[in-house]
Amino acid sequence: MEDKKLVTVYIEDKPYRVRPDQSMLDACLSLGFDLPYFCWHPAMHSVGACRQCAVKQFKDENDRKGMIVMACMTPAGEGTRISIKDPEAVEFRAKVIEWLMLNHPHDCPVCDEGGECHLQDMTVMTGHAYRRTRFRKRTHRNQYLGPFVNHEMNRCIQCYRCVRFYNDYAGGRDFGVFAAHDNVYFGRQEDGVLESEFSGNLVEVCPTGVFTDRTLKMHYTRKWDLQTAPSVCVHCGLGCNTIPGERYGTLRRIRNRYNGQVNGYFICDRGRYGYEFANSATRIRRPYRITYGKAGEKIENALEEGKVLPHVKSLLQGAKGIIGIGSPRASLEANYLLKKFCGPGNFYAGFSDAEFNLVGRIISVLTGGPVKAPALREVAEADAVFVLGEDVSGTAPMLGLAIRQAVRQKPVEAVIKSGIPAWNDYAVRQAVQNDKGPFFIATSAATRIDSLAEGTFHGAPDDIARLGFAVAAAISPEAPAPDGSLPEAAAGLVPRIAARLREAKRPVIISGTGAGSRAVIEAAFNVAKSLFDSGKDAGLCYVAAECNSIGLGLMGGKSLREAVGAVRENRADTVIVLENDIFDRLSAPEAEALLSARQVISIDHLPNHTVSMAHTVLPAAVFAEGTGTFVSNEGRAQRFYRVYVPAGQVEESWRWLSEFLAASAGAKFFTVDDVQRAMAGELPAFGGVPAAAPPADFRISGLKIPRQPHRYSGRTSIHADVDVNEPKPPADPDSPLSFSMEGFDGRPPSALISRFWAPGWNSVQAVNKFQSEVGGRLRGGDPGQRLIGPAGKEKSLPYFTGIPAPFTRLEGKFLVVPLYHVFGSEKLSALSPPVSELVPSPYLALNPEDAGELGCTEGMEIRLIVEDVFFRLAARLDASIARGVAGFPLGLPGLHGITLPSWGRIGIPPGVREAAEESGEDRA
Amino acid sequence: MLSILRAVWTVFLHLFKRKVTVLYPEERPRIPPRWRGRIILSRDPDGQERCVACHLCAVACPVGCIALQAAEDEYGRRYPEFFRINFSRCIFCGFCEEACPTYAIQLTNDFEMSEYHRHNLVYEKQDLLISGTGKYPGYNFYKVAGLSIKGKDKGENENELPPVDVKGLMP
Repeated sequence: MEDKKLVTVYIEDKPYRVRPDQSMLDACLSLGFDLPYFCWHPAMHSVGACRQCAVKQFKDENDRKGMIVMACMTPAGEGTRISIKDPEAVEFRAKVIEWLMLNHPHDCPVCDEGGECHLQDMTVMTGHAYRRTRFRKRTHRNQYLGPFVNHEMNRCIQCYRCVRFYNDYAGGRDFGVFAAHDNVYFGRQEDGVLESEFSGNLVEVCPTGVFTDRTLKMHYTRKWDLQTAPSVCVHCGLGCNTIPGERYGTLRRIRNRYNGQVNGYFICDRGRYGYEFANSATRIRRPYRITYGKAGEKIENALEEGKVLPHVKSLLQGAKGIIGIGSPRASLEANYLLKKFCGPGNFYAGFSDAEFNLVGRIISVLTGGPVKAPALREVAEADAVFVLGEDVSGTAPMLGLAIRQAVRQKPVEAVIKSGIPAWNDYAVRQAVQNDKGPFFIATSAATRIDSLAEGTFHGAPDDIARLGFAVAAAISPEAPAPDGSLPEAAAGLVPRIAARLREAKRPVIISGTGAGSRAVIEAAFNVAKSLFDSGKDAGLCYVAAECNSIGLGLMGGKSLREAVGAVRENRADTVIVLENDIFDRLSAPEAEALLSARQVISIDHLPNHTVSMAHTVLPAAVFAEGTGTFVSNEGRAQRFYRVYVPAGQVEESWRWLSEFLAASAGAKFFTVDDVQRAMAGELPAFGGVPAAAPPADFRISGLKIPRQPHRYSGRTSIHADVDVNEPKPPADPDSPLSFSMEGFDGRPPSALISRFWAPGWNSVQAVNKFQSEVGGRLRGGDPGQRLIGPAGKEKSLPYFTGIPAPFTRLEGKFLVVPLYHVFGSEKLSALSPPVSELVPSPYLALNPEDAGELGCTEGMEIRLIVEDVFFRLAARLDASIARGVAGFPLGLPGLHGITLPSWGRIGIPPGVREAAEESGEDRA
Repeated sequence: MLSILRAVWTVFLHLFKRKVTVLYPEERPRIPPRWRGRIILSRDPDGQERCVACHLCAVACPVGCIALQAAEDEYGRRYPEFFRINFSRCIFCGFCEEACPTYAIQLTNDFEMSEYHRHNLVYEKQDLLISGTGKYPGYNFYKVAGLSIKGKDKGENENELPPVDVKGLMP
């Protein structure tokens, strides 16, 4: 911001230096003034609709009369002079809110927004208290909007934020504003599930209780009663920051935690509503070991407290070789301790072999290449985007939202040049119309963001990679070009993509592990390197599948298949599986071979196939019950904190492993800080991890930072039904946070923000008070520590030359490629009841022409055989799928255990075609 | 010497004063109606639970002796799934009654709550809920709150217009 000229504005006759490219409302809020507003939103800017931010503007210091203007529509120009406290402006604002409240129902006590309601805050701020009108209130009927969002239309104050977010910002198309004059209605054209995967943000965007969290409603708790701590989303690799809230021992909801560099103001519905797996009744709550009865039946023997370690110790002492299987969904600390316990030679990364290689390649490219990995915000600010092989809307939805903003960058820049300020949202959108910046996407099948793209290509992964190599070669002559021809659709795109990327200043290339192809990852690198070499500020963003995929990749270890070998060759007879289901990573015979070891110890939080085959099971804490570190896809180490102490004998995985270490005469680790210190000392890649957040002995004025708000209620009665003597609050040696409402009651360092609250600002809009400027960084810098960065230009990796041959169809076979869904492809979130409602039923996507040749029709049952694994699926005809390719929705219930892409055979079970024909005749 | 005699004289005079002590419990003291004694939960005039589980009493409570959990019936009416007051912590300040937007929680003039065991002073909803409206007859929150519940659709409140026809074009 230093490069921009500052101007002087006068507020209440006092001069302030502010940036000129903002509105006076932005400036006032950034300076810490309390000025009420509704329609303005820091991510969506000003439209001047609600008239709530009225202030008095004066011509100069001699002007005593002034005029009332809307702060959000007034540019912060040199010498702008306003007064917020002017009596006329104060009265104007009070009148406006009185009008807005005319029809507001008298239902705050039963409204889920109550206690964190922007409308409540603003009403109190302006001083309106009693309804004076004698007329009757307007009412509306509500709609069913799906399992995520509850609709209560009576509460609406017509600020239009919801449509501006849902349609304009997130690109939804099934939501709108209906009716006329004071009857306007915000909803869908008819009852139904909201289609956008960002619909949950309506809950935070809506200044009042029209849209509320439907999952929270099922176990409702006020904001002031939630125990919260900073956390990180575990449902994809982007590492969005979240605030989970707990009450009475169960997780109640997830809220967005602003991080200027990562997720900003929004998170996707998978992250927001995927949390309920933590409350599942099937959670493993106590350790047990399996013995076999006389008839060979399995008996679960619970291990009492104090008996776990002796049991484990006896196991480990009798072991002839112990191997550990890490996990991309376990924290860095847990993986590190497992590696330390088993020894580096016996630590196996818990990826499938294919993913192991892909993640390894991504890390070597990001650390060995010249191009930086952009943060999400940098992607949103890119002026050209090229996606290679990754269905970001399915694997990393927030990246899709960032691309949606990036597509607007170039047209908006042109509009700004014409003199319209960027904050004047309505004018900018009118000027931009449907103009889109350069965005190209090449995937196996159509994705939810294809409609934004200037050019799309759908093909087999090898053809996608060849397209990428060809684009790189067209940009830089040094990059190798593919031999032979590209498919017609791709060949036409190459010069356009190359030209548009060359025009851009900040192009971003996006790829990832989703396509399952190493060539695609390398092609993306070649494109990014060619852009970097031609002087662009290019970014190279790889999507990793899970919350700690990159962290586990940096941890190293061997591949899982080698672990199978070690067990088969009797080099190891004890296997420790850390928060992982081996059956998702290996084929069933291999997984069974691995788990046929003499002793299998599984540390996990929910039952799965691996747990059912283990001999000893230890209950692990889920993300909200433990403290640790995840590394996001950009290499950002982010700390997440224990929100509550779980019931039962549940422990954080790293703590179990630390006990193992102590039992085998190693040093015991008592706190997360101890583990991190050892990890940073031993593995240089993790040197930055301790700096990701303040250490556990961090205090402000000698005080810890409370997890509970100062209004937390019921502390002397929550446990009174069990024991009338209040229990001692749990100690927390791992963090500077306390399980109490006592402690430092101000603004903590950004990595320790447990909730956004400021006096007079109970709603999430209080985030303004935590930012150095509205919409910018959090004060003290956005949390997280980058662990990897690009190598210098000289040391950079050369261009990759391993260009695959063109994809050719094989007679009688299909190349089965993975497809992804926002809901369903990620396993943990799909265990949450509201998310599971939206998981599609298993299918196989085929090109209609291929389907015609096979003689199958939409919905017909077909058989797929891949790698000797057999699936029965419903056929889905999808014209975007290339011929000879079949799309397999990996991760849906029952659809795992194979490595894709891979060749498979499709058959139609006997009788199915005849049955279909018969029913067709019946219909005729 | 003199002071002792004066004290004896004063005591003697008190023999002829009116007695202040009462023979409790045989003789009951008069308790004013606004006395802040044992807390109850009341019902609407139509017999439904008044409490809508808004948590305002709990947050107003200076000693944090109220804990509850909200639940909702199939028609959208809120009620407390459990409602617990730990009277061994209660200071009978009456803030909960002041905070209550539905007149559900009320302080009564019963103060005879002594127990030998503290845990007997933990009252659950079944101990708190009475069958009448208590001190405030007539008030029914759902008659004025714009939320539909069983037997009361949108627009059927006091002071409400019928629901808007979104497809209407009349000015």
